[in-house]
Amino acid sequence: MKSAVIVFPGSNRERDMVMALAAASGEKPVEVWHGDTDLPKVDLIVIPGGFSYGDYLRSGCMAAHSPIIHEVKAEAERGVHVLGVCNGFQVLTETGLLPGALMRNARLKFICRDVHLRVERTDTPFMNGYNVGDVMRVPVAHHDGNYFADEATLDELEAENRVAVRYCGPDGAVDDANNPNGSQRNIAGIYNKRGTILGMMPHPENAVETLVGGLGGKPLFDGLAGALGEAA
Amino acid sequence: MSEITPDVIAEHGLSGEEYDKILEILGREPNLTELGVFSVMWSEHCSYKSSKKWLKTLPTEAPWVICGPGENAGIVDIGDGQAAVFKMESHNHPSYIEPYQGAATGVGGILRDVFTMGARPVANMNALRFGSPDHPKTRHLVSGVVAGIGGYGNCVGVPTVGGECNFHPAYDGNILVNAMTVGIAETDKIFYSAATGAGNPVVYVGSKTGRDGIHGATMASAEFSEDSEEKRPTVQVGDPFTEKLLIEACLELMDTDIIVAIQDMGAAGLTSSSFEMASKGGVGVELDLDQVPAREEGMTAYEFLLSESQERMLMVLKPGEEDTARKIFEKWELDFAIVGHLTDTGRMVIREKGEIAADLPIDPLALASPEYDRPWEPTPAAAVIKAEDVPAAENLLDALKTIMASPDMCSKRWIWEQYDHLVMGDTVQRPGGDAAVVRVQNTQKALAVTTDCTPRYCLADPVQGGRQAVAETWRNLTAVGATPLAITDNMNFGNPERPHIMGQFVGAIEGIRDACNALDFPVVSGNVSLYNETNGEAILPTPAIGAVGLLADYTKTVGLAFPAEGETLYLVGKAGGAGGAHLGQSIYQREIAGEETGAPPPVDLELERQVGDFIRAQIDYGQITACHDLSDGGLLVSVAEMALASSIGVSVENVPSENPHAWAFGEDQARYLVTVKDGAALAAAGEAAGVSVQAIGTTGGSAITLGGEALSLEALRMAHEGWLPGYMGAA
Repeated sequence: MKSAVIVFPGSNRERDMVMALAAASGEKPVEVWHGDTDLPKVDLIVIPGGFSYGDYLRSGCMAAHSPIIHEVKAEAERGVHVLGVCNGFQVLTETGLLPGALMRNARLKFICRDVHLRVERTDTPFMNGYNVGDVMRVPVAHHDGNYFADEATLDELEAENRVAVRYCGPDGAVDDANNPNGSQRNIAGIYNKRGTILGMMPHPENAVETLVGGLGGKPLFDGLAGALGEAA
Repeated sequence: MSEITPDVIAEHGLSGEEYDKILEILGREPNLTELGVFSVMWSEHCSYKSSKKWLKTLPTEAPWVICGPGENAGIVDIGDGQAAVFKMESHNHPSYIEPYQGAATGVGGILRDVFTMGARPVANMNALRFGSPDHPKTRHLVSGVVAGIGGYGNCVGVPTVGGECNFHPAYDGNILVNAMTVGIAETDKIFYSAATGAGNPVVYVGSKTGRDGIHGATMASAEFSEDSEEKRPTVQVGDPFTEKLLIEACLELMDTDIIVAIQDMGAAGLTSSSFEMASKGGVGVELDLDQVPAREEGMTAYEFLLSESQERMLMVLKPGEEDTARKIFEKWELDFAIVGHLTDTGRMVIREKGEIAADLPIDPLALASPEYDRPWEPTPAAAVIKAEDVPAAENLLDALKTIMASPDMCSKRWIWEQYDHLVMGDTVQRPGGDAAVVRVQNTQKALAVTTDCTPRYCLADPVQGGRQAVAETWRNLTAVGATPLAITDNMNFGNPERPHIMGQFVGAIEGIRDACNALDFPVVSGNVSLYNETNGEAILPTPAIGAVGLLADYTKTVGLAFPAEGETLYLVGKAGGAGGAHLGQSIYQREIAGEETGAPPPVDLELERQVGDFIRAQIDYGQITACHDLSDGGLLVSVAEMALASSIGVSVENVPSENPHAWAFGEDQARYLVTVKDGAALAAAGEAAGVSVQAIGTTGGSAITLGGEALSLEALRMAHEGWLPGYMGAA
């Protein structure tokens, strides 16, 4: 699998993402600087976590207007797979590639801790390493992860089976007690209509090693490498 | 130019005697700009004038020390051509006045100290001391400081992996915010601050200079009074986004071979950095302030020189390489300006609009900075309190629950969940254990990091308190399996002009020195914060110690969680039995008996070393499966922390009938709790090493049971985890 990781000034989990992708695919991703307008042909584009442009103005807002994002949009329209994690998810909603918005956490504080996610749909390259109903343990680390969309959009997301993962308890219970940031309907990650773009707040890239964060996120990267590696 | 009156001199924090020295050095009256330069350079904060005499007595060398105190940070060798670079620094005064920005810029400043030397920062820590929870300002200060540390560290993408937090009324008017950064450098790519080569260009990079933070260093060198709120404008404003860019740009530049010297602009800004660089390199420097990137128009030379605007660096480049450097900083969209050059005159000449704004001799100013041998009085010895003289709790488990829910002993999860402690993907042991463990990227190695100090011990006996602070860091590194390497000391004290305060400082230094010598654990960097007083009330003496250790193989580290049910829990310590006996200055005495009296537990450094070396060897050998040191709260608190970390209960056995409260809560030093693979082998090894190994319980169930009574982990967890969120939520 060939992949590219987009790096903005202020990105800070690009290295974590590069390591996870390289470990799963055996190929080091290309890091593409925000000011570039030349995006190499790859199977997967990743927008990593961090504070792009300091997240001044609004999280992900300025990154959504950077030169490289025009190329990302063009490639996404061609059907190239795109993964946005944390700040990357915020950028994807700001560009309109995914619906909704990420607001300040309900308790108004930055949260860094492990959460549990229930896998809702697995017939995509992103989630084919899991079964529907599986519970994965991965960390969150964000200040603005409170997913918001209007009721009609939320209904549409659910009707089209576009919710990828929801916050839940260790036993899979999706309820308020296990919602770390106030996200509507406990949504932690969503797909676009075609299932080629995934945006999620939690960090699977920080859970790919037994002794460093556990293995909760590893099937995601192994699954991507398997599905997109064959296509390349 | 204003006239230099006695009032102006006093406003600059200079004594009459110091002003006379200035006249002697210059052979004339200084102008206001020059007076400002002297003021900051000779402030306590920059010159260490009260502490220098004593700091010199600390051990700073070992075969693995690459760079000791005197540079931006200390450096130790960690093998394979790599080095750990670290330092801890206070930002106490600004954090009290403006908690968010004060704490945030404290983090920014210590990060710059570390990456200035060529290291990529890989871990942040912090040691926080707040006033009584009942004080009306405490919630506001906790909330602001924690948000500020998180806001800065999270954005720059360096994990904040641990720290400590205490509450005590002595900090009501002077909180302590001590921030530590650890970085990793290549040993052949370490950068120092000594400027050399007359004619070499002096380059300014980073943020523009504004009017913020003028006289921050002078403020940090005086006591507070009721009008301290009015000093808010002296607090700087941080921009972590720019800092992140500055880290990346500097490290990219350091990969080239064109830097002669580099220094961050911290306290006293452009003045201090250019002076230090020139002074260390024995050269002169000429700066043209018209070239300095300015945030606003109309700034005077005085303001340029004394501004403490953040995220700025000064460097000397090899001649002809300016464009290479400029390209890197332009890529990262940071200001880059050639602001002057080195000379061979030994003078600092500042030009502004074609005129000379200041002309000062460097060596006389730097070297003649005052050094005081302040009068000091030793702290009177406190009586050793017998266990039987401290009231026994009616029920040990009830006392445990009360202690675990007290402000100092409760879980600090509410704090560390606001810090990104996972970014960079190398956090092996997260906050909440004895020491954080961070893997060295792409290697099997890991660094262990901890910060510790027990201020109530230091107040009662500064020498034992100083020893204990160092010993506890050493013990915490040992408990995760790391070999302790070196420490950074952050000395927080009151007004050194008062002999009993100076006596606390001298005593603490003596204790630190003893421990460093006995444990082969040198001081490689540090910081002194004096005048932590408000209206004459001093803080508890707080020599906070930050320590770094090395694990050759990160997979061998152990945590404090019990691995399974049915394991025997062993207490390891002094030969002949390691049960507790010392209750003077203990958490039990304070929280249950309602007193803070007597002598603190003595620290037997030889024993500390003997027991610690035994534990470390057993971890390395793979024998130990969980380990936790005993400190605040003694044996039962450590048992409870291990149980909570694993959600596995424990049945505590072999409780003595005589003074069970001292056995349970005594704070005797040099002790650990462990579970192991083979108990008989551990006992045999203990006997051979002259270390006591005693079974004190069995893991299992969902409660702590003792003497036929039980405390459920659920109830204990609610009490332990509930206090801080409840307290902050009620704000």
